[in-house]
Amino acid sequence: MMKKLIFDEPVINRKEILRYARVKDEIPDISALLNECIEEARGVLVYRVGYAVLPVQRTDNEMILDVIHTSSNTVSKAISHCDEAVIFAATIGTEYDRLILRYSRLSPSKALLLQALGAERVESLCDAFCQQMNTELRLEEKSLRTRVSPGYGDISLTMQKEIFAILDCERKLGITLNNDLMMTPTKSVTAIAGIRKN
Amino acid sequence: MDVRSFLKENIVLLDGGMGTLLQEQGLQAGERPERWNLSHPDIVAGIHQAYYDAGANIVNTNTFGANSLHFDDEELEAIIKSAIANADLARKNSTSPQDKFIALDIGPSGRLLKPMGDFDFEDAVECFAKTVRIGVKYGVDLVMIETMNDSYETKAALLAVKENCDLPVIVSNAYSENGKLMTGASPAAMVALLEGMGADAIGVNCSFGPDKLAPIVKEYLQYASVPVILKPNAGLPQSVNGKTVYNILPDEFADITSSLVKDGVRIAGGCCGTTPVYIKALKDRIGSVHPAVGSKEYTVVSSYSHAVFFSDDPVLIGERINPTGKKRLKAALKENDIGYLLNEGIRQQSAGAHILDVNVGLPEIDEPEMLEKTVCELQTVVDVPLQIDTSDPVAMERALRRYNGKALINSVNGKEESMKAIFPLMKKYGGVAVALTLDENGIPDTAEGRVEIANRIIRTAQSYGIDKKDLIYDTLAMAVSADANAAQVTLDSLDVIKNKLGVHTSLGVSNISFGLPKRDIVTASFFISALERGLSAAIMNPFSVEMMKAYHSYRVLHGLDQNCTGYITFADSIEGDDVKINSEKTSSDSNGDNLKDAIIKGLKEQSAKLTVQALSQKAPLDIVKEEIIPALDTVGVSYEQGKVYLPQLLMSAEAAKFAFEEIKKVLSYQEQNTEKKCPFVIATVKGDIHDIGKNIVKLLLENYGYDVYDLGKDVPPQVIVDKVLETRAPLVGLSALMTTTVPAMEETIRLLREQAPFAKVDVGGAVLTQEYADSIGADKYSKDAMDTVRYADEIFNSL
Repeated sequence: MMKKLIFDEPVINRKEILRYARVKDEIPDISALLNECIEEARGVLVYRVGYAVLPVQRTDNEMILDVIHTSSNTVSKAISHCDEAVIFAATIGTEYDRLILRYSRLSPSKALLLQALGAERVESLCDAFCQQMNTELRLEEKSLRTRVSPGYGDISLTMQKEIFAILDCERKLGITLNNDLMMTPTKSVTAIAGIRKN
Repeated sequence: MDVRSFLKENIVLLDGGMGTLLQEQGLQAGERPERWNLSHPDIVAGIHQAYYDAGANIVNTNTFGANSLHFDDEELEAIIKSAIANADLARKNSTSPQDKFIALDIGPSGRLLKPMGDFDFEDAVECFAKTVRIGVKYGVDLVMIETMNDSYETKAALLAVKENCDLPVIVSNAYSENGKLMTGASPAAMVALLEGMGADAIGVNCSFGPDKLAPIVKEYLQYASVPVILKPNAGLPQSVNGKTVYNILPDEFADITSSLVKDGVRIAGGCCGTTPVYIKALKDRIGSVHPAVGSKEYTVVSSYSHAVFFSDDPVLIGERINPTGKKRLKAALKENDIGYLLNEGIRQQSAGAHILDVNVGLPEIDEPEMLEKTVCELQTVVDVPLQIDTSDPVAMERALRRYNGKALINSVNGKEESMKAIFPLMKKYGGVAVALTLDENGIPDTAEGRVEIANRIIRTAQSYGIDKKDLIYDTLAMAVSADANAAQVTLDSLDVIKNKLGVHTSLGVSNISFGLPKRDIVTASFFISALERGLSAAIMNPFSVEMMKAYHSYRVLHGLDQNCTGYITFADSIEGDDVKINSEKTSSDSNGDNLKDAIIKGLKEQSAKLTVQALSQKAPLDIVKEEIIPALDTVGVSYEQGKVYLPQLLMSAEAAKFAFEEIKKVLSYQEQNTEKKCPFVIATVKGDIHDIGKNIVKLLLENYGYDVYDLGKDVPPQVIVDKVLETRAPLVGLSALMTTTVPAMEETIRLLREQAPFAKVDVGGAVLTQEYADSIGADKYSKDAMDTVRYADEIFNSL
């Protein structure tokens, strides 16, 4: 069953944002611009996650998680020795895309920093979600392993379709897939993480 | 009984969840529930019947996702046909005595519309239209559009219904935890949009339980004149012993929902997690409430995000996107420079405009095309409603069709021809029209004459089914320099129309001072006089300090500005007679007191100001050659040497653009063009939606004098080739961020070689390398934007 969570703002990691913007050290001019971006972004950011915990079944040549049937090595490694896995989708919302779009017409420097900020925000959201899962799993003497996403390693992008079916991403989270299996809002992540018994 | 009158005269009970019940019967995750109409007709019909038996007046066919994106034509028709047959069988078999109807259910497409997504508005309309036509063919009583979480897609679906049948249509949206649709619309904005387009009932479904939906549905009740729908979930899903259960049980659900019916909800049912037991409980709890629906007298327009109401609090309509008397805007329109228009839009919103007038009429451009494009682009960057300003009905229709909200229409007047053209468009797309008190005989000299025309417009509008609250009157401000009596007649007729006819008013106040020096002084005084006589809105220049002073003082004096906060913020922002330029901060020792420095430091306002000063001493093109370009070169070299970072390079480029804007203002159109180097076509290739790199390249190329044709992102190969052929561009830049889209780049290069062998191809983007570029046959691999500029100069100089 799919569950939905709304998070408070995860702590902002400026270093990571600057890394995405390919800035090696924070100089005052860039700092000021980044602060402006963060202030404006706060008006539109949402932190929405949908997830489902699924049993992992294995046949000779594939792993089965609900409607996902895969023989990916990347997934195999990520969920080896796991009887369960969590599938999740995280997004910071459509209005953030609109903000980037607006500044890509107006101020490419701000658009660049907003891109970087958005990338950092959605990753931090994933981290916050995994941390919370881990805290809950610890009570059952379990823990969450490193997450992997469609498009990484040998995981096909077509897995997005199955993840979307399981999590009802369009309806419950407002994330949609386009013809090329790219997600909108663009700052969205889908992932699988194995659950291991300690 | 006729469904429309049934909806108007009764409390109507809808059905509850379908998907959750099918899952209990074995529907798997990822399996399309619509296929069960064919594979398990007995189960689907059984669920419908249970809802009729529980007392539902309307059941929705099991066609939530039945559209051409999910099924081919043949299967789609079979599914909808059987879905209707299943509902019909249930209706026949149910012995419950209430009136029973079948609604064709239409859910969201699952794709996001452009510009945020990649699904074209007209494609969405056609997708829904297909479903509607099949539903109509096999016979339903009404259509229900539901669970839509995007206003634009909701509009597409409603338009598809309206264009393909005369059935009643009820529309329900799904809201997010912030009380808005996923794409930002508030409930008031949805009421404006949907009522404007003629939905028979509107409301909310899914999202949450009835408790959490209460504040949202109450907002509907406050504004809606049509019956309001509430179809909530059974609370939130929880997992108990591996089974999904919802946390609001039937009794509690019925309690909360029925209390909202007592508050005015007219159409109620359930969504996810609700069952026939919930609907039965709800029916019992509602009992016999006598419905009362009062029509609301709001005059309202909306954007994709919010509604703007006309009231005693004056509405400011920004007049700056209108080429009349504006050289720079005319040049922008001729050059197809949408960026300039967008910037004017954003600046006006920041200056305090509540609505923006959009007029792009120029003899030498294709107005319908340009207006549609401008409206589409503007609504991606500003969130205020737009006033669509054109005398061409074709342009008006194209703009209204693509407008994401309820627009202000400028204008209709007392001429038969005008009313015949505008009223049907208003009826179809919604909107509030500015009505001008003139007719075939011109503008009457007397107040009585203008009032008489106003009355005629109201009567004609009513014959089209348009309420007078959707008309606001403009009694036409004329130049006092030409007719000393002009202001008085305008104000007298305004007064009469406002008070006798009980309608809102608007004036293009700037006209009053035409032909006079220091016009703002007279305009602002006239504005105040008009406000005192009951003016509701003004088309004005939000950059005029005199006008903003008048606006803010009026609000303070009339108790419209609580704690005077609006006035205090405004007062704080002016310095003498000027609005303060954003206080730009600079950290370094030099504060950019010469133009070159200001650009290097990326100080936008400062660069513009210094350019204006320089223009009094130097020829415009000398400023470009001696100050702007050297500044860009300096930053470019520092960037290449790793001394400044990309954001700084961009900040300088933006500052240079501000300087260029000032230069352009003093150059004629021809002069501007002779300064262009050569055309340069750029695009992000098919399949790739990342355009930040491409935008950076565009900005720098423009600064270096190239005539850049930016085709955007996800651009098909042939479109790029066609543009190159059209412009005879010697240079093409292609961008790709993902390995998966490099083949599209290769294909584009192949077509270019075939059809436009004269063009040099420069490629760039995160995944590319020199080897990769060589292997797909590019002329040049650029590692960054400066690299592209250097290459372009090399090719241009060799031409």
